[in-house]
Amino acid sequence: SDQNFLARYWPASEMVGNTIHWFRKGLRLHDNPSLKESIRGADTLRCVYILDPWFAGSSNVGISRWRFLLQCLEDLDTSLRKLNSRLFVIRGQPTDVFPRLFQEWQTSQLSYEYDSEPFGKERDAAIQKLASEAGVEVTVKVSHTLYDLDKIIELNGGQSPLTYKRFQALISHMDAVESPAEIITAEVMRKCATPISDDHDDKFAVPSLEELGFETEGLATAVWPGGETEALTRLERHLERKAWVANFERPRMNANSLLASPTGLSPYLRFGCLSCRLFYFKLTDLYRKVKKNSSPPLSLYGQLLWREFFYTTATNNPRFDKMEGNPVCVQIPWDRNPEALAKWAEGRTGFPWIDAIMTQLRQEGWIHHLARHAVACFLTRGDLWISWEEGMKVFEELLLDADWSVNAGSWMWLSCSSFFQQFFHCYCPVGFGRRTDPNGDYIRRYLPILKAFPAKYIFDPWNAPESVQKAAKCVIGMHYPKPMVHHTEASRLNIQRMTQIYQQLSCYRGLGLLATVPANPNNGGNGVGTSPEEIQHEAVAQAGKDPLHPPRFLGCPYHSKTCIFQRVGLKDMLGHVFFFNQIELVL
Amino acid sequence: MKRVKGDEDACSSSSEGPTESCKKVRKLQPSKEKHQEEEEETDVDLCEFGFDWALLPQEILLNIFQFLPLLDRAYASQVCRGWNQAFHMPELWRCFEFELNQPASSYLKATHPELIKQIIKRHSNHLQYVSFKVDSSTESAEAACDILSQLVNCSLKTLGLISTARPSFMELPKSHFISALTVVFVNSKSLSSLKIDDTPVDDPSLKVLVANNSDTLRMLKMSSCPHVSPAGILCVADQCHGLRELALNYHLLSDELLLALSSEKHVHLEHLRIDVVSENPGQHFHTIRKSSWDAMLRHSPKFNLVMYFFLYEDEFGPFFREEVPITHLYFGRSVSKDVLGRVGVHCPRLVELVVCANGLRPLDEELIRIAKRCTQLSAIGLGECEVSCSAFVEFVKMCGRRLSQLSIMEEVLIPDHKYNLDEIHWEVSKHLGRVWFPDMMPTW
Repeated sequence: SDQNFLARYWPASEMVGNTIHWFRKGLRLHDNPSLKESIRGADTLRCVYILDPWFAGSSNVGISRWRFLLQCLEDLDTSLRKLNSRLFVIRGQPTDVFPRLFQEWQTSQLSYEYDSEPFGKERDAAIQKLASEAGVEVTVKVSHTLYDLDKIIELNGGQSPLTYKRFQALISHMDAVESPAEIITAEVMRKCATPISDDHDDKFAVPSLEELGFETEGLATAVWPGGETEALTRLERHLERKAWVANFERPRMNANSLLASPTGLSPYLRFGCLSCRLFYFKLTDLYRKVKKNSSPPLSLYGQLLWREFFYTTATNNPRFDKMEGNPVCVQIPWDRNPEALAKWAEGRTGFPWIDAIMTQLRQEGWIHHLARHAVACFLTRGDLWISWEEGMKVFEELLLDADWSVNAGSWMWLSCSSFFQQFFHCYCPVGFGRRTDPNGDYIRRYLPILKAFPAKYIFDPWNAPESVQKAAKCVIGMHYPKPMVHHTEASRLNIQRMTQIYQQLSCYRGLGLLATVPANPNNGGNGVGTSPEEIQHEAVAQAGKDPLHPPRFLGCPYHSKTCIFQRVGLKDMLGHVFFFNQIELVL
Repeated sequence: MKRVKGDEDACSSSSEGPTESCKKVRKLQPSKEKHQEEEEETDVDLCEFGFDWALLPQEILLNIFQFLPLLDRAYASQVCRGWNQAFHMPELWRCFEFELNQPASSYLKATHPELIKQIIKRHSNHLQYVSFKVDSSTESAEAACDILSQLVNCSLKTLGLISTARPSFMELPKSHFISALTVVFVNSKSLSSLKIDDTPVDDPSLKVLVANNSDTLRMLKMSSCPHVSPAGILCVADQCHGLRELALNYHLLSDELLLALSSEKHVHLEHLRIDVVSENPGQHFHTIRKSSWDAMLRHSPKFNLVMYFFLYEDEFGPFFREEVPITHLYFGRSVSKDVLGRVGVHCPRLVELVVCANGLRPLDEELIRIAKRCTQLSAIGLGECEVSCSAFVEFVKMCGRRLSQLSIMEEVLIPDHKYNLDEIHWEVSKHLGRVWFPDMMPTW
């Protein structure tokens, strides 16, 4: 056709700049530096989102997360309309879609937000190659994290930090966080048109859940509506509340904090409807205003920094979400038990505290972070001794804010599989809930079957006398399951198991439980097996030929089969040399 | 290294002694330097010089093999007959860990059945330090027993039966387990360490153990073995005078046992670990007389008493009423302020204290009392508890630098008029003489 001919033989100096911005995460118009950059000097702009309909049906992602995503896309489309543009939702796989689009739209430039996660990096490298083959220039900017993660790693001598403290020390030596990019306005978009065809809605509209093959009958309205507009409203509310409370310390936990809050932001950060940098700067401004210009402590940014930490530890580790072959993960002989896993995932454990949390997660897509600790501990090292990978997969399906890096990292943390965590601290599936919600209101809200139980028994209804159970119209074992494990017995076994594993890892021979976990370099740094007392125990163990600690000179099998902790001296930022433990897989 | 034609012959001829091969290694040096950049050629040169790895003396090979994982040794054993012989040297088979897992119940690999067969056939008489790691399936526990019952011509020094996920040995028919275990007891006359926690071992089998190994037994770990009675363990203590480490459940602990362990004939005890586990809420526990602990302490003044409590709050009645020589104390479930107060009064030898959970009232006075009375305390861990920041600083100040382990969850510390959370880490670090932070959990 004429158009094709024109495009092909258009004189180079008068080449039209046709830009595609590819939305993945970062579903927003505020602080979107790659989009902003690509608009500059472009004649046309098309914002695309690529959705693989086959993936929707088969993936592990549940309906709540899909709904959230679709709402984000709707919102983005609405915002783009106000700028005389539209969102192009394209069905297919990026590697199939782009070569086609490049040609069809005579593309000269492609922009997207930097994705630090290993699979994202791999995907983007493939697209970059296709782009360069098609002569398309690519613009990539970091805006999903506060920092350029590679710079943090570079500052740490090329290795990802393995403790949060270490990470904080590194952060405090990084250049200041870059200010958010200005929001895309009609003014910015003035010279840059979006060619919209009459059949745009037929070809590129945001699909519905039904189109993606989800059954939507009886689906309750979303507790967490997706989208940038909602995110910004929440951010304002969040800051207003903080300003009103004027206390920037971590709020104490109570029954109310367990419920979805209209100021909650985590799902919005996950999908990038809210920029973490905008949040960061708004927090800083508020703190300075309220606290009269004193400089804010790191703890102010708690949640943002944890997210950043896990992104940093995961970016160069494609096995970050696995136990096997993951160099930072302790190999733990978890039990494979599909029935027990299903009970946990479906909220049928017989522990109301655990079941209520899992029900909330399934219904609403979000649970409080301490609730996450409770159910994660219960599934793994606390009670069921089931692999954290299984729990992570369930969260991936149900949790709106489940990021690949943060989800896997938090699960490893909570199951004491990495990051030098003390394992003695197990959350009790009865006591922890009771402390948080003494009246049991939370339980009654999510497990109405237990509604009539008195507060005294609502966390351990199996201990209620029969008359109480009957009066509550809920007989345990009939209307609500009996507890699936004997918690006391399970925690005895599990602490023993963990001790065993960590003793082997750290080659610690003493009797202390706390010293079994290799020293965290920033928490004393007194190393492993160095105190005279420990050496004495070592001698005892050697002389006694303790079967748990076979003499090392005889090719100790533990060293060949599991991880060892290798101690590497790293120059600390403060000028001290700390011994930094690194877990390395030998075989 | 390229395989040189005819090296098998060379290696099997034992006439060429170690000196001969040493010479060859030395001869090799200059040529190696000369051709540093041309690796290919170096390789050829090695062959021309007739250097032969197969001629490495056995002692050196052994030394190298000891540092290799089994799989690498197995690969190396296929190089030549000499290395194959080295692979089978008894020294390399003294220590072995059988890993028995089923694909349906474990994520980890199991020791290959063929390897197990080979070991039993060729090396069972070399085995001395043996452990079995068994996953949650009964089949795996069964397989462990099968191996045990074939260990007839070996003399084990240590044996460990370790359930890695659930106590699967408990699911076996008791008689089956006992007969396998007694094969080892009867045939290994010099058993010194035995770890059989969570197994159906019983009194008669312990009698067999005593009858055959009383002179050598030094360590016995048998927490949660429900078929053993206080009389059964007393028999062990009475006969095995070399016993230095013992782990068992509280229901097996008796005044008689402590007295037996502190008899003149008995060596000094080094570790005693007691698990106090409640099966049903409201269970009643017996008491141990102070005089028995005193006798124990007189006989073994340096012994460590490690106690793990898994009790409901109302079951602590009989405990910490009088002085107890506990050194390592662990509370796995919620424990009251009152009990912790008693710990401060009655545990003067306390070295390590771990409290997983407590109520909502701060533990201020209790901690300060512990700091004052427990002058050996060097490690403390606090989970779901509350302590005011100023009381915590006071506690650390009193204990000072001897606190080598200080693991406190961040939520434990309640800011007060004197310190907030940012200040407390400086203050505590100052008193400890090293950088300290509370333990954190991710905000996610």
